[in-house]
Amino acid sequence: MMIDLLSMGFFQRALVGGVAVSALCGSLSVFVTLRRMSFIGVGVSHSAFGGVALGFLLGVDPLWTGVGFAVLVAVLIEWAQSKGEMEEDTAIGIFFATSMAMGVVFVNLSKHYNVDLFGFLFGNILAIGRRELWEILLVSGGVLAFIGLFYKELVFLAFDEEMAWLSGVPVSLLRYIFLVILALAVIVSIHLTGVILVSALLVIPGAAARNLSKDIHKMVGISVAVAMLCTLGGLVLSAAVDFPSGATVVLLLSVFFFLSLLANKLPCITRPFVKS
Amino acid sequence: MTEEIAVHLSGVTVQYNGHTALEEIDLQISHGAYVGIVGPNGAGKSTLLKVILGLIRPTRGEVRVFGENPDRLRGRGRVVGYLPQRPLTNPRFPVTALDVVLMGRYGHMGLLRRPKAEDREAALANMERVGIAHLAERPIGELSGGEQQRVFIARALCVEPKLLALDEPMVSLDACAQDELYELIYELKEERNLTVLMVCHDLMAIARHIDDVVCINRRIHIHQPPPLGRVGLENTFGCSVEYLFHGQIPHRVVEEHDD
Repeated sequence: MMIDLLSMGFFQRALVGGVAVSALCGSLSVFVTLRRMSFIGVGVSHSAFGGVALGFLLGVDPLWTGVGFAVLVAVLIEWAQSKGEMEEDTAIGIFFATSMAMGVVFVNLSKHYNVDLFGFLFGNILAIGRRELWEILLVSGGVLAFIGLFYKELVFLAFDEEMAWLSGVPVSLLRYIFLVILALAVIVSIHLTGVILVSALLVIPGAAARNLSKDIHKMVGISVAVAMLCTLGGLVLSAAVDFPSGATVVLLLSVFFFLSLLANKLPCITRPFVKS
Repeated sequence: MTEEIAVHLSGVTVQYNGHTALEEIDLQISHGAYVGIVGPNGAGKSTLLKVILGLIRPTRGEVRVFGENPDRLRGRGRVVGYLPQRPLTNPRFPVTALDVVLMGRYGHMGLLRRPKAEDREAALANMERVGIAHLAERPIGELSGGEQQRVFIARALCVEPKLLALDEPMVSLDACAQDELYELIYELKEERNLTVLMVCHDLMAIARHIDDVVCINRRIHIHQPPPLGRVGLENTFGCSVEYLFHGQIPHRVVEEHDD
């Protein structure tokens, strides 16, 4: 049955898209967790719902309206926080609820269209077409290239922003760019896990990698590997037992996280693996 | 030959949210001076340091560091070494001591470049100088408070700075480690011809090597000619502590200069 499945176009697209999304989120995840931005990930992903729903309402590609909304909300959160207008978590709480509420209204207004609301909220990567796959590959490639180029600066920024600024790193610009790539990552990951669960991809791989390594350079590799493993495993498992694919991937990630926690507490199991 | 001016502040005022942190600060520090900045909590000590570094922009007034605007100066990333008050905000951050010290080289490397062998050598040489080369591969969070401060001093030295700014480097160190660190900072200042600005609570200890003491409580007052000689500093500080913490008139105590 598996062989049959692997020969089918939709499953191949799902696997390739899933691998790209997990490489993207796995590497971002390290910086999201180290910069304590997990809640921003949740906020930005939920905000995207408003934009995607607007795209359906207006009959335009929901990718662009989704990106627009997510970027706008991400930038507003950053701006409100940097101006000292309000606390970051307060800003996130307000913006993401507003955006979700707008999304619900937009979906309601466009009810005569055939909108896959459930797919949106919880992901349906088995349904992606060639166009969506290309979008995923392009965004993933672009973001990974950015992370590769600015890796040193991103680590510095996460470790010590003031010192990074003094060393001539364009801190403010990088902070904004990071939010934009976070928004882009969220939008393409919605295909895999949906708006509600996308933050799992942005948080769990990095958190698990932190349990398995004390070296940031290794952490990036481990985080990507964890995300890929759980995505591929989740897709195959969901096909085998007929579970929803996005939720299965997230559940596998959670299981892996608890295993990594256990490994961290019982170092005798992982000593050869975790060395520094 | 005219004396090089490391730091020049004129009429600097910093306000946020309607609160005035610093008011009309005029200050001039010569290159090579060792200056202690003291004052009560919330007096604006760290703010003063951050204004000099360019991390906080003054509401009014002018800041010059080696004759330049700090904002412009930082683009080159090679003039100021800085030890923040709490340099390790996340003790679980997964980097080694060497990774941290290497960050001091980033201003030299520029954007997009990876550390080369010469950067590593420079980082290790500075770690050797402050006595922590053997800790290079250890995760930063697993080092003791004193070892961590040395890592951050090594990072500041990697900048190859002319000005070293330290914000309460002695917090959370025991008396012995404090003594060693004061000696180290003094030796480095002499060795590398640094201007050192140190925010400090411990008046007795800084009295030992310090050239000038800037006493700050929102404003700076400068007494000239100096009311105190170096010998009298320690006793006077003992008496002045109450004055500094409760008095309304902040002031600056300046050691007698030869010229």
